[in-house]
Amino acid sequence: MVESSGSSLQVSGWFRPKRASQPPARLVGAARGRGMNCRAEVLEVSVEGRQVEEALLAVLHTVLLHRSTGKFHYKKEGTYSIGTVGTQDIDCDFIDFTYVRVSSEELDRALRKVVGEFKDALRNSGGDGLGQMSLEFYQKKKSRWPFSDECIPWEVWTVKVHVVALATEQERQICREKVGEKLCEKVINIVEVMNRHEYLPKMPTQSEVDNVFDTGLRDVQPYLYKISFQITDALGTSVTTTMRRLIKDTLAL
Amino acid sequence: MDTDLSSQDRKDLDKFIKFFALKTVQVIVQARLGEKICTRSSSSPTGSDWFNLAIKDIPEVTHEAKKALAGQLPAVGRSMCVEISLKTSEGDSMELEIWCLEMNEKCDKEIKVSYTVYNRLSLLLKSLLAITRVTPAYRLSRKQGREYVILYRIYFGEVQLNGLGEGFQTVRVGTVGTPVGTITLSCAYRINLAFMSTRQFERTPPIMGIVIDHFVDRPYPSSSPMHPCNYRTTGEDAGVTYPSVEDSQEVCTTSFSTSPPSQCVFTVSKAYFQTPTPVVTDTLRVPMAGLAFSHQLMVPGKEGGVPLAPSQPAHGTQADHERMATCTPSDGAHYIVTPSSSEDTETVSNSSEGRASPRGILEAVLVRKVGALVNNSVDQVTMTNLDIPFAMFAPKNFELEDNDPMVNPPDSPDTESPLQGSLHSDGSSGGGGGGSSGNTHDDFVMVDFKPAFSKDDILPMDLGTFYREFQNPPQLSSLSIDIGAQSMAEDLDSLPEKLAVHEKNVKEFDAFVETLQ
Repeated sequence: MVESSGSSLQVSGWFRPKRASQPPARLVGAARGRGMNCRAEVLEVSVEGRQVEEALLAVLHTVLLHRSTGKFHYKKEGTYSIGTVGTQDIDCDFIDFTYVRVSSEELDRALRKVVGEFKDALRNSGGDGLGQMSLEFYQKKKSRWPFSDECIPWEVWTVKVHVVALATEQERQICREKVGEKLCEKVINIVEVMNRHEYLPKMPTQSEVDNVFDTGLRDVQPYLYKISFQITDALGTSVTTTMRRLIKDTLAL
Repeated sequence: MDTDLSSQDRKDLDKFIKFFALKTVQVIVQARLGEKICTRSSSSPTGSDWFNLAIKDIPEVTHEAKKALAGQLPAVGRSMCVEISLKTSEGDSMELEIWCLEMNEKCDKEIKVSYTVYNRLSLLLKSLLAITRVTPAYRLSRKQGREYVILYRIYFGEVQLNGLGEGFQTVRVGTVGTPVGTITLSCAYRINLAFMSTRQFERTPPIMGIVIDHFVDRPYPSSSPMHPCNYRTTGEDAGVTYPSVEDSQEVCTTSFSTSPPSQCVFTVSKAYFQTPTPVVTDTLRVPMAGLAFSHQLMVPGKEGGVPLAPSQPAHGTQADHERMATCTPSDGAHYIVTPSSSEDTETVSNSSEGRASPRGILEAVLVRKVGALVNNSVDQVTMTNLDIPFAMFAPKNFELEDNDPMVNPPDSPDTESPLQGSLHSDGSSGGGGGGSSGNTHDDFVMVDFKPAFSKDDILPMDLGTFYREFQNPPQLSSLSIDIGAQSMAEDLDSLPEKLAVHEKNVKEFDAFVETLQ
């Protein structure tokens, strides 16, 4: 049967220093607002093969809904105004679930592309059907020549995916409903984290806006983000890794 | 501690909270309309989208929310609540969710009103958009239609969670701290969806067949009425028109500054404009599995802006205000007739687009089907004049009995065919079971059993006699009691004789057996 555990907080092993953001909170000394802390949230889902894309899109879009604003329009005297963000309801075809995403075709296309690559990698890996995808929000810090710009993450969402194979149609139908319910729980978890109003980058000046936001989209402006994924085996070690730049950034001190 | 808050900040904060409350109601009600919501992003600020989110304003909902608030703002002990309930076509209803916007006393003095509070309220609205799709009532509302509808009610004051049944669950959408208190948005929702009947409350019969602008006094004037969460696309000439934003809808054109907070620039301008009429597409009509409902009763809608249906405490009382017309994408009016419902039912859509007058529809549906064989014509022809075959046996018009041979049999009872004879015997015996109006014969008559299409040709008896006689055949001799009188001893004595006879005929028996093989 399909099983998935609720969201569990794991401290990611990539960045320094880390702080648990779930009560009871363990403060690890570093002050808020310096951009050095990165909170990490992990969500786990168990889905059927055909549900992988929709489940991931639902989670990623829900996070990005909260982490996107309207386009900034800077005016004189250092003031700016913000555009309007539209939303739309998306029904899943293989899951009894509806999620809300920002109305931006460009953003949706970008997410679908990377989720499609993840699904293909999962299928081709021939492993146990385990993988994880990470959505990381970061800030760019300009370094002087010859050093390249630093990418400092401030929030990482990791979705661990476990693909199950079901035999009968009845099991698939039950899976549809159960995964729908689990995704409802995930959305509630995401909203709970968002509601803590923890560290967010300071609103940038016009010259700094590209270090904080992704201004390349036409209609919305999400925080700078990058998505990476890896296929893991049962022990959790990485079998293949994409986006090696992520590792390089970590090692570049 | 208003001295800590500048008057401008205080005014801005009040405005933010007010419009946040209105937008919250819009999001919740629109999420229960039963269809997908889609709004467009706009890179250039239009100045009319509060909290930088494209949330349409349904005029009726804004009107109801403003009425409930009555100029007040959520404060300690005064919460704004949106109640979502389900109502079946039979009139039973059930509360599904209560969304509460509350304020508590925990203040955050340090926070900047025009910047941080505004952005956090925007984030909270986004969270509300996400959470409204996740509670159980969402899936129910997507399937509303013929069998049940989703209604909403807005009230201001103390939160009433009694109607949610046992074991209801709560989900917190979020909180935003402000200098005057902490705003909390949460939802309590029912998890026990076993349908409960509200028949223990006094139920008024459905009020149907009323002219569209008929108003009924509500017995509970203190409670606010229920409203349906779906409505038709009305276009320009809406049948139900609400005063669309006649008062100044304040437009928030916020400018934010990246300089230190003391130089924060915030401009608000007032503008008069009319909110656009939202477009609603057709809803999905799929019955909810597991709930047994009968056909939906369609209730005539009401004009005017004042809904009067009661809702508390008896949800069973018919909300006579529901507008439950459905619409097809092609046109704006679509009438559903449920002919199998009771005679009182009719469907009147509240359209007044001029497509059809409601009264015309009223008349069309109320015409009852005329029963078969009812002949209202006064003219009566005699049996002999009818040139249809078997005219004798055609259904007779009972009103004119003078020519009815059954009532007044001819003088000669014997006729050519037994069938006719049977008719006459029926007639002679007093008019048969049909009976004509005004028949003066006895009520109960002896009718010979005369099966149809039987004749006396072959057998000296007819089928009926045969049947009667052989219904009671004589008992088998072996089963009769007389045999039992014969003693056992006599049987035994007669055995040897019988055996001797059989042994004599052995050869015959053997020959017989050989023929069988």
